[in-house]
This record gives sequence, structure tokens and C-alpha cells, in this order.
Amino acid sequence: MSSSLLFNVTTFAYLASTVAFFAFLASRNKNLGLAGSGIAFFGFIVQTVAIGLRWQESYAMGHGHAPLSNLYESVVFFSWTIILIFGILDLKYKYRVIGAFVVPFALLGMAWAQLGMNSGIEPLVPALQSNWLLYHVITCFLGYAAFAVACGISIMYLIKERQETTDGNSQAGGVISMFPSIKILDDLNYKAIMIGFPLLTLGIITGAAWANYAWGTYWSWDPKETWSLIVWFVYAAFLHARITRGWVGRRAAILSIIGFAATIFCYLGVNLLLSGLHSYGGGQ
Amino acid sequence: MTTKDRGFLQALWDFFCSLKLSISLLILLALTSIIGTVIPQVPNIPEEYIRSLSQTKLQLYDKLGFFDMYHSWWFILLLYLLTVNLIACSIKRLPRVWKIISEPTLVMDEGFEKSLSLTHDVKLKGDSAALREKMVSFLTSEFSKPVVTEVDGACHLFAQKSAYSRMGVYVVHLSIIIIFIGAIIGSYFGYKGFVSIVEGESVDTVGLRSGKSIPLGFAVKCEKFSVTFYDTGAPKEFKSILTVLENGKPVPGYVNIPTIVNDPLTYKGITFYQSSYGSASEGGTFYFSVRPRTGGTPVKLTARQGDKVSLPGGGTMQVLEATDEVRNFIPQFSGPAARIEVTTGSGAPQVFIVMRNYPELDEQRGGDMVFTYDGSDQKFYTGLQVAKDPGVWVVWLGCALMVVGICMAFFMSHKRVWIRIANGHVVLGGTASKNPAGFQLQFDSLVDKLSKL
Ligand code: HEM
Repeated sequence: MSSSLLFNVTTFAYLASTVAFFAFLASRNKNLGLAGSGIAFFGFIVQTVAIGLRWQESYAMGHGHAPLSNLYESVVFFSWTIILIFGILDLKYKYRVIGAFVVPFALLGMAWAQLGMNSGIEPLVPALQSNWLLYHVITCFLGYAAFAVACGISIMYLIKERQETTDGNSQAGGVISMFPSIKILDDLNYKAIMIGFPLLTLGIITGAAWANYAWGTYWSWDPKETWSLIVWFVYAAFLHARITRGWVGRRAAILSIIGFAATIFCYLGVNLLLSGLHSYGGGQ
Repeated sequence: MTTKDRGFLQALWDFFCSLKLSISLLILLALTSIIGTVIPQVPNIPEEYIRSLSQTKLQLYDKLGFFDMYHSWWFILLLYLLTVNLIACSIKRLPRVWKIISEPTLVMDEGFEKSLSLTHDVKLKGDSAALREKMVSFLTSEFSKPVVTEVDGACHLFAQKSAYSRMGVYVVHLSIIIIFIGAIIGSYFGYKGFVSIVEGESVDTVGLRSGKSIPLGFAVKCEKFSVTFYDTGAPKEFKSILTVLENGKPVPGYVNIPTIVNDPLTYKGITFYQSSYGSASEGGTFYFSVRPRTGGTPVKLTARQGDKVSLPGGGTMQVLEATDEVRNFIPQFSGPAARIEVTTGSGAPQVFIVMRNYPELDEQRGGDMVFTYDGSDQKFYTGLQVAKDPGVWVVWLGCALMVVGICMAFFMSHKRVWIRIANGHVVLGGTASKNPAGFQLQFDSLVDKLSKL
């Protein structure tokens, strides 16, 4: 069995999970929600095995490095972390609908990686031959994934809030009435960011440590570094905004969405549109 | 001081204590930081970019410091404002938080009880002395050791957990200031520079970005440089073998140290990082063999770059350029190669490439003479980044503190429980600084155990 076959299975699982969640929204049939979560977890396990296999395959080819070295591998890993964070929230808080707004992010990642990218296992160029790569990439992507989940929750918040303010009658918002209350969504948004912020902080610190080890400067304002700092500022603003009254709820949700947009730019925009030290994986 | 002055100072203080200012500064920093990721920054500004700008734009960007914006006065000012804001906010709030930790409310009277969201009233048998003993041992085993206060015949117990987690936020803020201090130390007492060393030679000064050059206090010799490639043509390893010299003598323990990307050499607080390489422009000698197409023994030739060398059958040859890795130019081939110009008799000069790893290739060219390239003693130079940063440990200390502080602020909660014993009633109250849902579960289980006593 090869990892690429399993990655295809993963992609189809996330597709099926997304469809199940949308059907759940439309039909309000609890079993469909359960199916959505179940299929997503199945996909997650398959993907975990596939990532492990790919790691092994790279050793068999004589390259021997963790599957985190180019854009394809990072997008696959990003999908994996999104489902991981979603799984933690799902098992802990059991607000199943959130899946409909989070699993699509993972599906998007896998579909893009499988259809649009070169999936070959390549040897590591000298700049990436370091254990710091592992620590840095894992912490950053777990952080990004938590922000993706927070963004999904914030979108739900804005939809729900709009429905609550524009019309009081419940039958108009059949789908939306299944969302958790805005208070809970606001709280979940905060909780997801509370997971993501420490991880992003660790990601920036491990990146700085690596840069210092490899180049002698822990901070050189290259575009990727700067964008990760921008993301960090946005979420720091989010955290402080919660302490002053009047900045919870809607404004917090908007800030969370802006934060995730900045995250995506930090991850992809910088590689594809700007130039810098992190340009590995561009142009593939 | 006049009242007007005091009013102004008060307003200034309030301004710097405001969280709105922090949010604005954080967002402003995020927005302005974008500029430097879109506009190229010194020293990496391409000529074409400068030429593509109109004169007014160029002057405007230059005035605003956009070409080195992270060191521009206004960006630094924003960072200083953030620091002042941080310190002012902490000075204002810290005493209040410290008071919560050091002088906890020991007595839950009825007014205070109403302000707590979690309370429970249990009726228990026994006189108040016995109840008091029971409650003390209950809290000690189930939560934490309580402080007992007697007021007006009622007995009050207070117990708390993780009070210090309230300091987490201040640990985070302090860590930011420590990181700034580390960065300032680095910028005043450290430097970043670059050296290039030809194989077999040594350097004892380093060139800084500013154009200045400063002495290292010792010398670094490049014994050898090598580069290897994967089959795909991607580079695999750049390696310099370095030796540190003091007064011209090798330093024990610092002889023939392999230095590769991601594995630098550090000596006396100065670190050398493998960064680039190239062929030394002077001093190379190239070796060729040449034989007539019709057969005969090959003749060895030695050529220095640019020299015209006579060929055995008449005519001359000259090396135009050479490389140790032709793959960088012609991906299908690998190994050393030379581009040479051969002039024989009256014909026009012929220019072609010969490669060491493919000696048979030149036969296909169809010339009267068949050339093979035997390599060169041309030397590489290695390019090393040089950095000295005495502030870096302060920065790492700040980073470690920040991680600790964030964990304290996010994942630890200051939990407090009060018990009042009066008239056979035991009233339990509790509150937590974080995660109310989680604390409610804990509180409920306390109540549950209490009612079973
Ligand atoms: C202008 C600078 C800043 C000021 C004035 C400021 C002020 C504050 C204040 C007053 C609090 C609330 C403390 C309390 O709950 O009593 C707070 C919380 C916090 N601050 Fe800052 N802060 C600043 C910058 C930062 C930055 C750059 C970070 C980045 C790590 C940060 C991280 C935190 C964290 C993690 C919390 C806890 C938030 C929570 O509990 O949800 N602060 N800050």
C-alpha cells in the first residue's frame, strides 16, 4: 500500500464528511451529524497512517526526512492539523455543526494538494536539514489549524447573529437554528484562539531559534517572519479586545476572521506572491 | 505644580494606561509591518525596482523610511509607545492583582455570598466545633488547606489554588520587555558581517553591512570547501573545513572543523555560518590532453585562465571560463567543465565546451584535434556569515518566560472556595478566574461529597 493511495482515500473521506455535515444542516437528522464526525475521524486515521508511510518511503528512497519539506507536504499536514483541532473540540464540546464550517477547510487543502501539486518525495536542500524544521513546522501548523477552526466558528457567529437581529421567527432560520447560541460560539472562538495563540508563539520562537542557529540572526524581518508577527499582533489584539468591554461578540468574530486571512497570507501568500528565505515550495 | 499641569499629567497617564491604546498599537503595528513585506528593503533592493518608481514616489518612500522601514523612526516610535503602554498598564493593575493574591478575602459574609455565582447551602449535624474540624479536614483533603477566621460566632474558612496564575499576564508582558532589552543589547554590542575566504587562506577581519570592517581578534582559515549534489541536481551539502588561528597557530579543538549549513562554528562568542561559495577568480591552472583525430599519443597541456597556449600541431588554445559543476549551466551533465577557444591555422576561432566526466564527447565535435579536460587546481572561496550577539541569551530568556506566562495566563485558573458555618448550616461558595464551566463541575462534586459527609 502506498501513501498516495491513502491520501486519495483521505480526500474522499473529507469530501464525504463535508457532504454529511451539509446534509445534517439541511435535514437536522442527528445521525447525519454523527456520520459527518465519524467519517472525518476515519479520514484522520487514514491520513495519519499515510503521513507515517510517506515518512517511511522517504527513508526507503534514501532521503530520510519528515514529510514537512515542501508545499504539498505542508498542505497535507495543515489538513491533518485542522481535523485534529476540530476533533478535540468535537469530542470535548460536542457542537457537531461546527464540522460543517471546519471540515471543508481540510477538504480544500487535500483536494488542492492531490489535484494541483507535484507529490514527489524530494531530498532536503541544505537549508532545511535540521531538526528545528520539525519543531517549527509542527507548532506553526497546529497554531494555524486552531485559527482555521476559530475562523469557521466566527463565520457561524456572524450568520447566527444576523439571523437573530433581523428576524425573530425561528422557522425562517431552519438551518441556522441548529447553531449553538452566539454566546457559546463567542466562547468557542476564544477557546480555539487560546489553543492557537500559544502554539503560534512557540512557532515564532522555534523559527527564531532556528534562524539564529542557521544564519546567526533570530530576526531579520524577512516577509514570512514579518507576516507571522502580523498574525501574532492581530490575535494579541483579539485577546486584549476581550478584556475591554464592547469588543466581544461581533467585533471579536471579525477580528478572528481577519486573523485567519492574515494567517493564510502568511502561509501561502508570502510563498506565492512575495519572495524571501522561506520560498521553498513556491512555484510548484 | 498647577492644577492644569496635574490635569495634563493625569490625562497622559490615563492615555498610557488605556487598553484601547494597546489594541490600536497592536493593529497599527500589524498594518504598518505589511509595508516592508511589499516594498523591498535594504540591502536587497533590485536596481530595476528603483528604476520602476517615479521620482516623486522614490522621494516619498525615502522620506518615510519605507526602504528600511523596520528601523525607521516612526516604527521604532510605535515599539516604544507599546513598551510604555505595557509598563504603565502593569503599574496600574499589578498592585490590585497582588492584593488579591496576598490579602485574600477570608470571610464570606452574606453580601459577598450574593456576588458569587456558585453557592450552596447544606444542613449538617454536630456542634460548630465539630463541624469546623470536619470542614477543615474536608477542604484540606478535597481542595487545599483552608485559613480559618471566627467572626461574630460564625466560622469562616477560605481555601485557594493556583493564586499565582494571576501573575501569568504580567510574566508575558515582562517577557516582551526582556526580549526588547535583549534586542537592544544585540544591536549595541553585537554585529553582523560577512567574510569570504579562498581555500588555503585565512582572514582576521570581518566586513560589516555598513561597509566598515573590524578585526576578529583571531584568524579563520578555510582548509577546504566542497559541494555535493543529489541525483536530481539539487544541492545536498555545502561544507567548509575551517581552522581557527591565534597568532598564526591553530587553536587546539578548533582544527579542521566541518562547517555546514545548519551547523555553524562558534569561537569566542563569534559564530561563522556557511552561506555561499564560488570559484576564486585568480590563480587557477587548468589541465587538458589533446591528440590528433587520426590517432597518436595525447599531449598534456597546462593553461592559466586568459593565457594563450600553443598546441602541438600549431595554433593556440585559451580557457574562457571554467566551472567545477557544469550541472548549474547544463543540467544533463555533471562534473567540472571548461569553455575553450581554439585557433588553428587560418580558420576562425572555435569555441566549445569540454567536460572532465565525458572524455569521449569531444570526438563527436569533428575537429582535427580531440580535447579532453583533466580538471583544474582552481580554488573555491567560501562565503560565511559572521555574527556576534551578546544579547541573544536575554532574548531566549524572554521567550522562555513568555511561554511560561502564556501557559499560566491561559491554562491555569485561580480557584477560591469559602465555607461559612453558622447555626448548623454550612454555606459553600466558590469562584474561578478562568474556565467557569470547568470550575462548576469541580464545585458540584465538592457539594456532592459535602452532603454525603
Ligand atoms: C501595549 C502593550 C500591552 C498592554 C498595555 C497590555 C495590557 C494588558 C492587560 C491590561 C491585560 C489584562 C490583564 C488582566 O486581566 O488584568 C493583558 C492581558 C494579556 N496580554 Fe497584554 N498588553 C500589551 C501587549 C501584549 C502583547 C504584545 C502580548 C503578546 C503576547 C500580550 C499578551 C497578553 C496575554 C496573553 C494576556 C491574557 C489575556 C487573557 O487572559 O485572555 N500583551 N494585557
